[in-house]
Amino acid sequence: MGVATVTSTTGEAGANTVKGAGPAQLEVRGVTKAFPGCLANDDISFRIEPGEIHALLGENGAGKSTLVKIIYGVLQADEGALIWEGKPVTIASPHDAREMGIGLVFQHFSLFETMTVLENIALAMNDVRDMDALRKQVLEVEKTYGLPLDPDRHVYTLSVGERQRIEIVRCLLQNPKLLILDEPTSVLTPQEVEKLFETLRRLADEGCAILYISHKLHEVKALCHKATVLRGGKVVGGCDPREETAKSMAEMMIGQKLTAPDRGEARQFGDVRLAVSNLSLESDEQFGTDLKGINLEVRGGEIMGVAGVAGNGQNELFRALAGETEQEAAPDSIKIDGNPVAHFGPRRRRRLGATFVPEERNGHGAVPDMSLSENGFLTAFRRMALSARGLIREVPTKSFADNIIKTFDVRTTGSGAEAGSLSGGNLQKFIVGREILQDPGVLVISQPTWGVDAGAASAIHQALLDLAAKGTAVLVISQDLDEIYAICDSVVVMAEGKMSKPRPMADVSIEEIGLLMGGLHDLEGQTNPAHDTQVEGGRLGQA
Amino acid sequence: MEWIVPFILTVITASTPLLLAATGELVTEKSGVLNLGVEGMMLVGAIAGFAVTASTGSAILGILAAVAAGTLISLIFAFLTLTLMANQVATGLALTIFGVGFSALVGSGFVGFAIEPLPALAIPGISAIPIVGPILFGQDFLVYLSIAVVIGVAWFLAKSRAGLVLKAVGDSHHSAHAIGYSVIKIRYLATMFGGAMAGLGGAYLSLSYTPMWAENMTAGRGWIALALVVFATWRPGRLVAGAYMFGLISVMQLHAQGAGIHVPSQFMSMLPYLATVIVLVIISSDRAKIRLNAPACIGQAFRAAQ
Repeated sequence: MGVATVTSTTGEAGANTVKGAGPAQLEVRGVTKAFPGCLANDDISFRIEPGEIHALLGENGAGKSTLVKIIYGVLQADEGALIWEGKPVTIASPHDAREMGIGLVFQHFSLFETMTVLENIALAMNDVRDMDALRKQVLEVEKTYGLPLDPDRHVYTLSVGERQRIEIVRCLLQNPKLLILDEPTSVLTPQEVEKLFETLRRLADEGCAILYISHKLHEVKALCHKATVLRGGKVVGGCDPREETAKSMAEMMIGQKLTAPDRGEARQFGDVRLAVSNLSLESDEQFGTDLKGINLEVRGGEIMGVAGVAGNGQNELFRALAGETEQEAAPDSIKIDGNPVAHFGPRRRRRLGATFVPEERNGHGAVPDMSLSENGFLTAFRRMALSARGLIREVPTKSFADNIIKTFDVRTTGSGAEAGSLSGGNLQKFIVGREILQDPGVLVISQPTWGVDAGAASAIHQALLDLAAKGTAVLVISQDLDEIYAICDSVVVMAEGKMSKPRPMADVSIEEIGLLMGGLHDLEGQTNPAHDTQVEGGRLGQA
Repeated sequence: MEWIVPFILTVITASTPLLLAATGELVTEKSGVLNLGVEGMMLVGAIAGFAVTASTGSAILGILAAVAAGTLISLIFAFLTLTLMANQVATGLALTIFGVGFSALVGSGFVGFAIEPLPALAIPGISAIPIVGPILFGQDFLVYLSIAVVIGVAWFLAKSRAGLVLKAVGDSHHSAHAIGYSVIKIRYLATMFGGAMAGLGGAYLSLSYTPMWAENMTAGRGWIALALVVFATWRPGRLVAGAYMFGLISVMQLHAQGAGIHVPSQFMSMLPYLATVIVLVIISSDRAKIRLNAPACIGQAFRAAQ
């Protein structure tokens, strides 16, 4: 216990750990929960002290979500007990949990898009309150914790970061004694993450216990006082994250040695395979972002990252590249291997050797109700010759799916399994595998590892690196800067529908990217004059 | 101009069953349930109301019976779609077919019966005022009830917490479940309200509009009520306007024939649907509008994820 003192990187938050005298805020004792065919939680025990920020680590499927649902009263444990402030309790419903002082910030936000911020907050309150009084309280909490948010805006007009603030304000209004955050930073910019951490540290200082679920290990290291690691439904260990490295915790999580993505020797880039010049496009969504004069070139063998806060035109860019939006732009504003394609739909672009992996797995990247082999067929039937005379060739279709499952280590019951039955990480591996095995000349991939566990993420990263090594041009649209740093050769940043000039990864600091994400395009002229003449000229031309 | 008062009176009577049934369906759909069985529920309500009134002589008992019958038949729908998770569209269509057949079977003994129509709630003095009197103060109580219910529903959806929860369930059932609302229970209640109101709409037809029983006497009004909900983009205020507009169209159709204007009656009968299609096209062109009002989860079965 005595280690947690002055030298910790977390500064003031470190002081809280040494409380330990009274009863724990929450003690989980021997919790077991079985679903048909799987033991989701197997005899899980740990304790969280008041004022402690406690990390719950584990891969997808390790049982974190099940455990959270049990603590929040959504599910009931088969065995074991929850001890709240020293007394055994039964938490029968989320209503009960909130009553006791447990707040939960969901990974997939539990928000209602067509309602206002205030209505969303009112819905999560146990006691019926007067709307005007509630508005006042909301504004007060927002002010106290620095979470600006207009109560009368509709949720669908908000950015992801703002949506998360609703969830947090919701919890704070209930004066929680235990706040649970499920993967809270997956969608935030570094600056937003830092702000969130300030809020959390402050809450912890006020004595609130925080259960922090994440797979971003350096964040856990920076924020948390203690960690419990789950694997396969069991507690496999606990540690003080401040004394571990991200790598050692990752290895504890996945139970084996973790190899950093192998970038190979410095890659040689070939010809430009994907070129976008002067692409401006009005968004087809009511609250979308218009693309303004996008220019980029990705060469064979190059992995280019597109960084930026969600909602700055990345979705529009992806749809424009994939051919999903109606193409009003000049045909040669997008070129694949020199062929003008901007007037083509997705199929004709695929025929030219481009493949695409959208952000949304279920319903966009894959049809959840269809089997894996059918899903494999859907995008690959032409390149992999899976169809003949208008009929599906069963055998090659199945073996193509089997090949993906084998090559990319997709954990499933087989190629006949419904896509929707796979966990997020496994389905993502399948979709990425499906596109990579088609041996594309150009791959555009959006948020390749969003919501994917460390093991699957590193497999996907390695696959992308290997693909680039074979001469494919890869464009990675990602909000995860770590990811961009881990695999990309160069980076562009999107802000408000505009794109910054490409910069070699080695030359650009995380702070610069953060500033570009905030829309400070003016900064960029100073650092890299070589690129300026060419690209900046183009950008000014249409301004 | 002496034709104007009776004309308006017929418009009101033609619009009231539409308004009653559509108000119920609006609440059902706001909770995320699409019940296409309105026509069937109206017919069952119509025969239940008529049979009980004819047998007991009490219109009040008849109306209560109609409400109960509509609720019961919507419970069948709710059980099939919400508990057993059957497809809502198919089940709703089946419910209409069932209602048509069932009401005809029960009603076969009541064809040709005559009953007293619902009395108008005339207020001595006031209802004698020319024009305004008979229109505003000379209706039977179901007309007033229909207006009261729409206002009540509008208030419920806009102002009450329960209404907020109902909309939340229709907007995102998974979010509502995660926060701890009982999606299935709320949908059961909304579906039952829809059934009760459809039954009431049916009873208005058989007890007041044409106080008699005829097989299939709703003649497509259930479908118009369904179209109305979409036409109104799920907003109670527009629902009233739409119901009265559709009522007006159906009355005009009769008057046009009486006046010797040769508009094919089929053309007039298709007007409500045509208007709905046009409105759908218009509102679909503005996605934000439809997203704001249309329940996002409509027609989707809800399974609590583990």
